[in-house]
Amino acid sequence: MKNENLYNYILGIADNSLILGQRLGELTGHGPNLETDIACTNISLDLFGQVRSYFQYASKIAGDGRSEDDIAMLRKERDYKNVLLVEQPNTNFAYTIARQFLFDAYHLVFLRELQKSSDLTLAAIANKCIKEVSYHERFSSDWVRRLGDGTEESKSKMQEAIADLWVYTDELFHQTEADKAMVAEGIGIDVIKLKEEYYNYVAGVLEESTLEVPDIKYFQKGGKQGIHTEHLGYILVELQYMQRAYPNMEW
Amino acid sequence: MQQWPMQKRNKQEKKNKQFKKIKTMSTKNWPLWEIFVRSKNGLEHRHFGSLHATDADMALENARDVYTRRNEGVSIWVVESKHITASNPENSGELFEPAQDKVYRHPTFYDVPDEVKHM
Repeated sequence: MKNENLYNYILGIADNSLILGQRLGELTGHGPNLETDIACTNISLDLFGQVRSYFQYASKIAGDGRSEDDIAMLRKERDYKNVLLVEQPNTNFAYTIARQFLFDAYHLVFLRELQKSSDLTLAAIANKCIKEVSYHERFSSDWVRRLGDGTEESKSKMQEAIADLWVYTDELFHQTEADKAMVAEGIGIDVIKLKEEYYNYVAGVLEESTLEVPDIKYFQKGGKQGIHTEHLGYILVELQYMQRAYPNMEW
Repeated sequence: MQQWPMQKRNKQEKKNKQFKKIKTMSTKNWPLWEIFVRSKNGLEHRHFGSLHATDADMALENARDVYTRRNEGVSIWVVESKHITASNPENSGELFEPAQDKVYRHPTFYDVPDEVKHM
């Protein structure tokens, strides 16, 4: 492939939205109440919309006849490059919200920068997505505040979820070889530069929510290299089932 | 004194233990909000439905998700349902019937120009 770095870079972005979208989709009909159920599945559909733009572009870059669906549905586990954070399960609503907030805060600054990419397609996708993601972040940070500064029980659950998922945040700011190559070409975003802003912002929201910023110095990593937690396999089984059982099926 | 149907029902329900249970549960539930959406600039807000939320901000967010997710609106109003005073169905005779047989009360004797929309 001529543009392998660009292809891998696009997948790195798209897989985050794809896997998080699938996780949120699991809540369809299972949300804590009708209103939050619909909100979570709305966010899921926003993410799938973004994913389509990325994979259509990736399909063009790959130029080997694979469609957006093939790229989304027919890779093996090790070929998915999403961060470990987004594949963590919906343990309870606090976990769903914590995962969403920790990712949205990153997603928002990332897309803000991606709008400046010298790759016009990526810049245009970022420009389109950022409005949706601003809403996602408003929704998730709002719930972090409500649960954190809520009852004793909601506070302890929210604190537990933030503490448990905190170990996956550092990976957001790791760079793969493809990332580095893309940064050098002015296409990719130097995520390391966003790290301080991210942690400051997250700490601010946690403080408003009367939650503690976890004092954790060890972090999990590997998703960007395709080395995932045990959860991803199960997600892919559901995600890929239709394409595997009925190859080339369409809506 | 005339008893409204609502009061009668409440009395009966108070006797009913089952209802007491439901009532304690429902006080734990979030309050109900009525949602009004303006679908286009220049049109009025219309009642779209109702939903549950703990406060006005959440009601707005929820309304955005429940009622405008397919691009239905440009503006949302929310009002807690308890603030709405409804007319009593028992009074509908005296309230509405007098208007029915007076054809001269209806502005049907004018030609409305085509340019006037939403009449």
